[in-house]
Parts: sequence; C-alpha cells; structure tokens
Amino acid sequence: MPDIKFGKSLPTDTEKEAVDTAIASHGPVTIEVTERLVYAGQQRTQERRHLLLPALHALQHASGWISPGGLNYVCRVLEVPPAEAYGVATFYHLFASQPPSSDQVLHVCNDIACSLNGADELLTSLIKEGHETRPSPCLGQCERGPAVFIQKIASEDTVLFNADLPKISELQNENSEKISIELPQAGSPQLRLLTRIGIVDPESLEDYKSQGGYEALEKALEMGAEQIIEEVSTSGLRGRGGAAFPTGVKWKAVAEQEGVPHHLVCNADESEPGTFKDRVLMENDPFALVESMTIAGIAIGAEKGWFYIRGEYPTARRRLAKAIDKAKDYGLLGDNILDSGRNFDIEIRSGAGAYICGEETALFNSIEGFRGEPRNKPPFPTTNGLFDEPTVVNNVETLANIPRIVSNGGKAFANEGTDQSSGTRLFCLSGRVTSPGLYEFEFGATIGEILDAAGGFSGSGNMKAILLGGAAGNFVTPESINLPLTFEDTHEAGVALGSGVIMVFSDKDEITKTVHRIAEFFRDESCGQCVPCRIGTVRQEELLLRISDNNSVEAERNLFDDLAAVMSDASICGLGHTASSAVRSALDLGLLENKS
Amino acid sequence: MSKPEENKPETLVEITIDDEKIAVNEGSTILDACKQANIDTPTLCWAENLTPVNVCRVCVVEVEGSRTLVPSCSRPIEEGMVVSTKSDRVNTSRRMVLELLASSVEMDRADEEILEWMGSYGSKPERMGATNEIKTSSQPVKIQDDLYVRDYERCILCYKCVEACGDDAQHTFAIATAGRGFDSHISTEFDVDLPESACVYCGNCIGVCPTGALVFKTEHDMREDNSWDPDNQQVTQTICGFCGVGCNLELHTQDEKIVKVTSPSDHSVTDGHLCIKGRFGWQHAHPKN
Amino acid sequence: MWTVDPRRTDSAKFADVWLGINVGSDIALANGIAREIVDAGLENNNFIENATTGFDDFVAHIEPWTLKKTSEVTGVPIEAIRDLAHGYSAANKAQIAWTLGITEHHTAVDNVLALCNLALLTGHVGRWGSGLVPLRGQNNVQGGGDMGALPNKLAGFQDVVNENVRTKFEAVWGAKIPPDPGWHLTDMFNAMSRNELRALYVIGENPADSDADVNHARKALEGLDILVVQDVLMTRTAEMADVVLPAALGWAESDGTVTNSERRVQRTRAAMNPPGEARQEIEIISDLAKHLGDDTWGQPTARDLWEELRTVSPMHAGMSWERIENEGGIQWPCPDENHPGSPFLHERLWKQPAEGKLAPFSCVKDQPPVETLDDDYPLRLTTGRALDSYNTGVQTDEYSSPIRSGEALEISTNDAKKLGVLTGERVLVSSRRGSIEMTVKIDPDLPIGLAFTTFHFPELADVNQLTNSAYDPKSGTAEFKAAAIRVEKLVDA
Repeated sequence: MPDIKFGKSLPTDTEKEAVDTAIASHGPVTIEVTERLVYAGQQRTQERRHLLLPALHALQHASGWISPGGLNYVCRVLEVPPAEAYGVATFYHLFASQPPSSDQVLHVCNDIACSLNGADELLTSLIKEGHETRPSPCLGQCERGPAVFIQKIASEDTVLFNADLPKISELQNENSEKISIELPQAGSPQLRLLTRIGIVDPESLEDYKSQGGYEALEKALEMGAEQIIEEVSTSGLRGRGGAAFPTGVKWKAVAEQEGVPHHLVCNADESEPGTFKDRVLMENDPFALVESMTIAGIAIGAEKGWFYIRGEYPTARRRLAKAIDKAKDYGLLGDNILDSGRNFDIEIRSGAGAYICGEETALFNSIEGFRGEPRNKPPFPTTNGLFDEPTVVNNVETLANIPRIVSNGGKAFANEGTDQSSGTRLFCLSGRVTSPGLYEFEFGATIGEILDAAGGFSGSGNMKAILLGGAAGNFVTPESINLPLTFEDTHEAGVALGSGVIMVFSDKDEITKTVHRIAEFFRDESCGQCVPCRIGTVRQEELLLRISDNNSVEAERNLFDDLAAVMSDASICGLGHTASSAVRSALDLGLLENKS
Repeated sequence: MSKPEENKPETLVEITIDDEKIAVNEGSTILDACKQANIDTPTLCWAENLTPVNVCRVCVVEVEGSRTLVPSCSRPIEEGMVVSTKSDRVNTSRRMVLELLASSVEMDRADEEILEWMGSYGSKPERMGATNEIKTSSQPVKIQDDLYVRDYERCILCYKCVEACGDDAQHTFAIATAGRGFDSHISTEFDVDLPESACVYCGNCIGVCPTGALVFKTEHDMREDNSWDPDNQQVTQTICGFCGVGCNLELHTQDEKIVKVTSPSDHSVTDGHLCIKGRFGWQHAHPKN
Repeated sequence: MWTVDPRRTDSAKFADVWLGINVGSDIALANGIAREIVDAGLENNNFIENATTGFDDFVAHIEPWTLKKTSEVTGVPIEAIRDLAHGYSAANKAQIAWTLGITEHHTAVDNVLALCNLALLTGHVGRWGSGLVPLRGQNNVQGGGDMGALPNKLAGFQDVVNENVRTKFEAVWGAKIPPDPGWHLTDMFNAMSRNELRALYVIGENPADSDADVNHARKALEGLDILVVQDVLMTRTAEMADVVLPAALGWAESDGTVTNSERRVQRTRAAMNPPGEARQEIEIISDLAKHLGDDTWGQPTARDLWEELRTVSPMHAGMSWERIENEGGIQWPCPDENHPGSPFLHERLWKQPAEGKLAPFSCVKDQPPVETLDDDYPLRLTTGRALDSYNTGVQTDEYSSPIRSGEALEISTNDAKKLGVLTGERVLVSSRRGSIEMTVKIDPDLPIGLAFTTFHFPELADVNQLTNSAYDPKSGTAEFKAAAIRVEKLVDA
C-alpha cells in the first residue's frame, strides 16, 4: 500500500500483544522473506481488512481507548491507512478516541424503557459519585431495567440489569452469567421457539440434545440443500428482523448462484429500542442457533457463517462462542459435519455500539473493516453481499425457526398462524405491564390478548399509548387493542410489527420525553452518510424541542412533514426511512399536546 | 470515467423518462439517461471522474415500482424502467436536501449551479431556525501549509475529496470520514495537521470540492484581501511542463498571473487528476526575485 | 504487480512482490527469467514462430542463466525468480514498465533489449493491455525524439544516413543536410574536453548541474570559446554563458505541441505573455537564422511548423492541428486523417503471417556496473527523484512544498550502525570523482550496501560530483544509477 504514513506514537507491549492475538488467524500483510524479497500487496491487504474491527476491540480492551500508538500498530500490520482506521474507530460508541479517566466506563441505558424504570435518576447519582459514565442507547434489557454496560480495562465486558447503586459498587461482574431466566410463559404448550429457555443449561450440549437438539441437522443432511429450501419455502417463513421478506426466496436466490463463495450472516445486532428477544434466545439456547445456522449454511451452499452480535451482549457472545467450540468438538460444525462431507464454520464478530450496523449492508461494511455505512440497494445482498459475494442475512429469531421446519416439515409450520403470517412470533413486552418479558404467540393474537398474558396494564393512572415495533415503529392508543399482530393486519393499519416490541405507557408518563428520546436516538445513531438522515434527524429533534418550548405543534407541522418526507423518501436506508414514523404517530395522535 | 476498452458492442435499452421514451446504452445510469434527454438534474456528490457514492441524495428520481426515491447517479437503467424526475415527491426531496445542507453549512462559495438549484427548487434554509439556535458546522478554518486551505464549515460531506484521495485517484488515503451522524467530518487520523499526515498535496481533493471547503491557498488569500476576481480571469488549457504523463492543465490567470491550476475531468490522460508539481509547481512562472 | 528495484520504493510497497535486485544486474535477471520460461516450456511458440527471429540462438545464449546463477548475480531468491517467470508467462495480459533504473546504465540499450526478449518470448506485446512501457521522465522527451532532436535521426525517427530521407527534407527545407550522424550529449562533452567542440548552444537544459561527474562537465563548459544558453530561468549553466537568451515558458507562455509517454501529441497554449525581455523560442531561433544569413525563415507560427512537419514525417501525417485540438491529442503513428491514432504498437506481429520486419531476439550479455566496489569505495550509490521536485530544482525550488524534506544520503540501518551515524548527522561522501558533505537519513527499507539520494538541490548537495559519467555507447546515457562511494562521519569542530 503506497503513501501510508505513520505517526511517531508507539504501541505499548500490551497493545501489541493484544493486536497480534486478534489477527493471529491471518498474520500481518507484509512478509519479509529476505532483505531482498518482500510479499505484500493489495490482495493480502484486502484479505486482512476484516480483522480491523477485532483489532480495534483488542486495543480498546487492552488500554481503554484507541491510542495513537495502538492505532499505528494496527495500521502497520494490516496496512490500513491510519485516517481510514481512525474513521472506523470513531464510528463506534464503544471505542474511545480519548484516554479514559478511569479504568472503567459505565454505559448507562437511558433509553425509553429503562428511563421508565428510573434510569435517569441512576445516571445522575452515578455521575455524582464520580463514576465515568456515558448515557447509552437501549441495551436490550428492557424487561429488567435499568441496565448498565460496563467496559473495564483488561476485563471481560459485562452487563448489569435491575441495576442500582449498591450493585454497581459491588460490581458483580459475573452477575448476568449466573442468573437464570424466568420465562413468564414457562411450560406453556404454546411455546415453539422458547421451549428450552430456562430449562436447559445453555452451556451443555447434552442438555440441548436431550431436548431434541441436533435431530434436525441429521435430517437436514439426509434431505440435502434443495429439499431444505423447498420446506422453508413451503413454511411461508418470513423474516423476523423487521422487513418480513420470505426466507425461502432469499435462500433460493443465493443457493442458485454458481462459481462464487456464498455467505450466511446471522444478524444478531439487536439494537431496536425495546427489543430483547434475540438476546434471550442467544443467552439461553445458543446451541439452537448454531444448529440453525449450520442447516442454513448447508441449504444455501455456504461454508462460512458469520454471527454478528452487538457489542453490548457480552453474555450472549460468550455462550455462543462456547457452543460453537463444543459443536466443533463433537463434529457438528467445521469440516466434514457428521461425516457428511459438508463443511461449515461460524465466526463471531462483535459490533461496537452502532444501531445502524443492524442494517444488513452496514453490517457487511462493519465486518469487512469499514465504517458501518449502509450501501445503496440494488444490488441486493443475495448477489452482492458480504465481500461482494452472494449472502443470506437472517435475523436470530428467523433462523431459530429452521430446525422445527426441517423436523416437522414446512406444511406443519404453515398450519400455525395465518395465511400470510405463518408460525409464531416473539413479543418483547416492557413498560407499564404487570409481567414484562419475552412472550411467544401464534400469529394472529391481538395486542389485548398479549397484554392480558402479561398481566395487563400496571402502574398508576390509565393506559395512554402503546409503542409497537420499537423506535422505528409507531405509537397506537388503547383503541387499537383488538388489532391482530400479523404482518398483513399491521400493514393494513399502517403500523409496524418491526421487531415485536410492545411498550406500554401510562397517562402519568411523560410521553413527550419518550418522543424526544426517540428523536435523540435517531440523531445519535444516524451514520451521517446521507444528507436527509444526517441533518434531518437533527432538525427533527430541534423541532420537537421547539414544540415543547412553545407549545406550537401547528406552527411546526409543515416543516415536520417536509423533514419526514425527505427522510423517508430520499434516505439511503431504513434508519432514515423510519426515523420520523414514531414521531409522526405521536403528533397524529396528539400525544405531544400540552395537557394544560 | 471513460476509459478506452477493447471493442464492446453497445446494446440499447428503452426506458421512459417524464413520459418520453428514449433508448439508452446498456449499463448507463438514470443520470446518464437524464443527460441524454436534456433533463437538468442537480448533483452534489457525483462527478464524472469519481465512482458514485450516492450520499447527497439531491439527484433522486421516482422509479415506478420502487417504494422510495432512487439516486439517479448510481442506479443503472433497466429495460422498461419508468422514471419521473419532476414529481412532487422528487421536488420536495431535492428542495429539502438543499435546504438541510444550506441550514448547516456556508454555501456562498459553492459552485454557481448549486446556488441556482437552490433557487429553482425554492429552498428556504431559514425555515430551520436562526443559525445561532440550530446545529451548524461552524468552525475555524484550517491553514497548515502554503498550498491548501480547509474551511470545513463549507463542507457538505459529499465524500468527493475522500474518493479523490483514495481509490478513485491518488491512492493516498490521507483523509477519511470520521465520527458519526451530524458529527461526521473529513479528517486525518486523530486530526493531525495535514503536513504530518500521508497527504502528498496532489490537490485532487481541491479539484473535486463543490463548495469551496477545500481551496488553493492562493485563492483563499486573494479572497481574503478582496482581489479574487473571477470575471477577470482567463482559463487556458495546456500540458504540464514536468514529467512524461502529459496531464492537461487549465491555467486560471488573472492580470497575467496564474492564480490556480485545475485539470479537465473529461480528459482521458488522467481524468482531471494531477500531482503536486502539476497543481502547485507553476510558481516558477512568477519567480519571487 | 511485481516491482523489481534495488530500493523498496512506494511503488514497491504497492506491489504484491518486491524483488530487491542488485544495482545493474537487470540483464542477468531478464536472462534468468527467460531461461526459466523456456525451461518450463511456458514460451509462446506460435508467436515466436510467426513473429520473431533468432530464437534458437537466444535459447543457447541464455542456457548458462540457471535460477541458481541468476540468484547469485541478482541477489534475489530463486523461488521469487521462478514465480515471476511463471506469473509473467501465464498472465493473459502483462506489461513491463520501466524508467531510468533501466536506462541510466552503461548497458542501457541492452537492458531494454533484455526486457524486449521477455515480451517476445511470451507474446506480451502488440496486443491491447500487453506490452513494453518506457515511462518518460520529462514532458517532451518523447516529442524531442519525434522531432528529430537525436544525432542520427530526422523528424519521425527517419535515418539521417538515408539519402532518400535527406532528399525529402532538403526539398522542403531548401537546405543541405549533413549526411553523417552528429554527437549525442556525452560525445559532445568529450569533444569539448578534446577541444574539438568550441561553441555550444544550450536550450532548456542545465548540464552544469545535471550531468554525471559534473566537475568534469563544468570544466568542459568553462573551456568553450562561446557558450549560448536559452532558458526560462537563470540556471547555473546560464550563469556560465557568454550570451543568455531569455525564453518563454514552453507550457504556459507558448503555443506548440508536446508528446507524452504514450506517444500522444497534445497542444500547449500560451496563457500569458512572457515576462520582460523573454521571447518565444520560435522567434529566437528564426531570428538567429536571419543573423546567420538565412532570410528565408520569416516568422513562422507553431502551427506553420506543425503543418510542415506533417509533410515530411509519415507517422504525424494524419494529425491535423484541428484534430489535435478536437480529439484531446492523438497517439502516433497516425498516417492519414482518417486514422484514429495508435493506442499501442506492433499489432503487425500478430497478423498471420506477421507483417513487416520480424522482431529479433537479442543475445545481450550481463555486464556489471562500470565502477566496482572496493575497500576504499564500499557502498553503491544510486540516485533518483522525489515526488515534489524535478531534476536540478530549476522549476520546483520556487514553490513551498509541505512534503519536501531536503537532500539527504539515505543508507540502511546496518550501514548506519557500522558507520556510527544517526539520521540528521553530517557525513562526507566521496566517490572517485569528488567529495561532498551531506546529511544522513536512515531508511530501514534499504538493503545493506546501498545508498540513495535525489539530486534536486545542487546548492545543498552537489550530488552529481559523485555520479559516474561512464555511458552506454549506443544511447549516450551516463550511468547515474551506479557509483561507488565512501561515507565518513564528520565530527563537529
């Protein structure tokens, strides 16, 4: 690589060692064979670029920030221009570009669900006590907030939930690892995806197998790729990440392409405020996902699977890593799976604090070692995905359905739910309900039925509004209680099912604050690439503050409509397209009118 | 970028733009087709000598069957495509993109055509609020050497400079986008001064900047002392006097003095890109003593 | 991309493989690669049979160049030579590009011929995307040759010894042309030293700084009866002149044409009037003709001269002034106005059967640099350019470059250790021709025994006092790239 110029700063030994370990699978770009023979070049550089993100994680972990010396070293071994690497590092919230003032940073979730649970007060007290804190977007612990994500130099990242001052002072690092989950519907015959949750030891392959685990993989190997895809198509399974695209169609499109490597990506960058379903699956039933991915990999002809998991889910990452290792030990993953001659391996990649990386093309860029900026579509991932090769991206929950489809057949799956929404759906209940948590229902259940299962509205006052589908979704009022939560019914009602969020607000809650927080969330999480979203999200937030200050909804409505139009029509990706939808619903429902 | 290639037969594809059917070469973009149909299309981040990044979104058009608008600069045409460039949706988005930009950066030194588009689409950036009450890119100008001036409060983040510094021309990668969201900005690593960075001062970034955020120091200084007078400047195309590549230079002269050097982006020798000598090595034409 | 260079330059860092060849062992490497290609049966036999001559002799000639021997002479590991040979012959298209590292040697022409052999062996010539690419270092070095500024050629590379050619030119020029080739630059300086050449008219060149063994060159210039220098700035050579003719800048103050590396003839245009007493070079030369007694020249314009050229140079005949303007330049040969110009040469070799003269293999011999290393002069000095500067700095000293680091003698980490010097320290650098003081810069990428410097700042470091004026008798190019030097640490007084 020409013209790379490095600063004078040097890495510490710890940083060097951490980086060397992180890139050990490939080694550095430049190989000096002798003083007169050196191998390097663009191909070697390109093959190693995807190690940039793990290398930056290693630096952050080793010294609490991305130091100039550490970055220089990473750039030297991977031959990444320092300006580009700096651009990548500063893209992510979990990488610091200033030296830390303490060996520990507390990322305190003050997003919409946690702030209903006293997160703002917690944050204030922590600051007062002198902790190094950062307000954090949703940490995916909405059923048990407030939550704090803790980064500590040279220690494993950890998450505290139901956090309070004493807990944080004690710093029970292993807290989240030890506590087992209490599933509100535990034991219910309705459960499909959640049957093993809370029942099996997530680190025990034997436990998993004793509950029917890996029977589907054996069957899948007998069926072969074409028939698996056939069954998945018959099942009518549609993506659970938000876009609801038919899974079978996606798989087929990739499987059919010859002569190029195929990739499977499991999108586990669950970051939609209010969403925690994938976390529960990964933390409590990791083998199911390893098995699901293996079947999917075989079906689409991929030998490599990537598990992209958000950085704020350290427990899920650790448990998945263990499950992957164990599956390899038992010949269920890796080369020649169960003596079938088929190969499939899974690599875990950690995000570093960027909601946008849940957008599939941003996710590719993130894995590839670039800024997590979405790509324009078309071309679509099925032809030009990860490393510009055909790629299937599936959400965690989507994949989790695969073993059942393989075992019982696509027809049986399609028999549950409705015509256009087959199977079951996970719902993340939080806010003012009696039993917040993860629920599973056959498609067709109404909001009211789901709320009833969670013990109904709780807290003071009356139910005022429900946020459906997360920050990118919409508010509805209690009048919508009879709306069946299927793809088709929600579409017709003009609301989003999204990631299955159902967050309940009381008329005693400050919904204005919630709406501001949503606007702030999009402002913070916009990647900054396209004009409509980069500036539009800022102007939207300013506009909402003006409405609060002046009680002037009418005066701002024209501008809001224009902002919403340009964001939803002209942004590159779904973030911009949906950044105004919750706000618009709040305006339309009059949730921002001053009560006075 | 037009590069001579081995003989490839050209296939024509028929599409409809604004109710007119036209035949366009296969592989063209919608923007190419618009040009062919003489439809004025605003662009900010597009340049003929750079790969489209489609980030500014001002060139969006409506394509039948597409849920959202699509960037014409990068979307290849397809047989039977029906494109509308003048619908209300298109006009609103174009107006808003220009309005959003102008509400956050200084646009007074932007290319003439940009200011014209702002007028024709009716952008009113003042709707966003008084500049002291809203977020803007206001910041001090960066002058770190005798050749470049970087005035980032004029930067619309079109990525052109990053592309020209990187893959599309110079392969130096001295600058990249850093930060995120509204705080995204063009930066060297840790914002080190340009002479400390990998910059080789080819000036190709200045060559592609549409808003005057990156300018030659000569131009900046003359603007500062009010002697910059574009109406009194001539542009002469000639060939660089240094190496054997044969780069085409456009010498901008004012009062018999070279005041800046650009290069035509449609010329096949270097597609408008130069090196430090071609861009700045002209000063021996006006020796100090 | 493979880079063969004694130094690991920026281009070498771009490459997939860098071979750090010994200075001046280019023919050895080429012959070794050729032998490996033949040995492995990777040569393009159809092309060889159809388009070349002398293959059998060539095969016999390169027989001694085993991988082992080639490796010993070039300093490059065996596997890398083999990989390069196989990679080059297997490629669908391949180019060999070079610059002065090939031509500033006493074996300049042979070095080029050795590379041509590789292209002939594999058929990587005469096709789109394949070929031999000499990269020109100056904006009109190609054009100078095109116009006949060579001792043995008239415009369009037509031989001066050919009577038919001379007759054609004489008819147009109305003057007799001496039938014998003239002297090239190095011949001229030798003739000056012998007092045979007494008057010199230098146009746009600064030999008092730029020539190898510059002390010798300066002495020769000083001994002239008359030295006339025509230039745009007061160069060191101009300062020595009896008469200085200030001239307009070719690229900014004159109309005309130049030819770039890809043989593209392009227009230069005057953007300004020349300052002070400076005049257009065409005017100066025409006036000179008048003063020398020829009244027939008049005051031709650049276009007049171009139209005249088209009548005598077949390869330029199709390039009308309008076409050059409208088409953004045209690549020669362009024999008639309907011809589009030629993006590449030698397509004729692929015709069945090949048209014109077949391409001969050349049995060229490896010859190490003239100046050998010994205990007194143990380091090899090679020179080159830096991005932001140009030749002796006449045109580049004037602007302030943020990336300019001045002149330094770059040496390897090991040699620096041996000499006990650090970056920034001053040393005395001596060759068999002169001694100069320089600042040291350690370059960890340099192999042991190799030193490098640019020559852009003769005021700071008169580098060409060190370089060797031994030259290639065929091209007249001096061996700038290989001198023997000694480096001694200067102790502060």
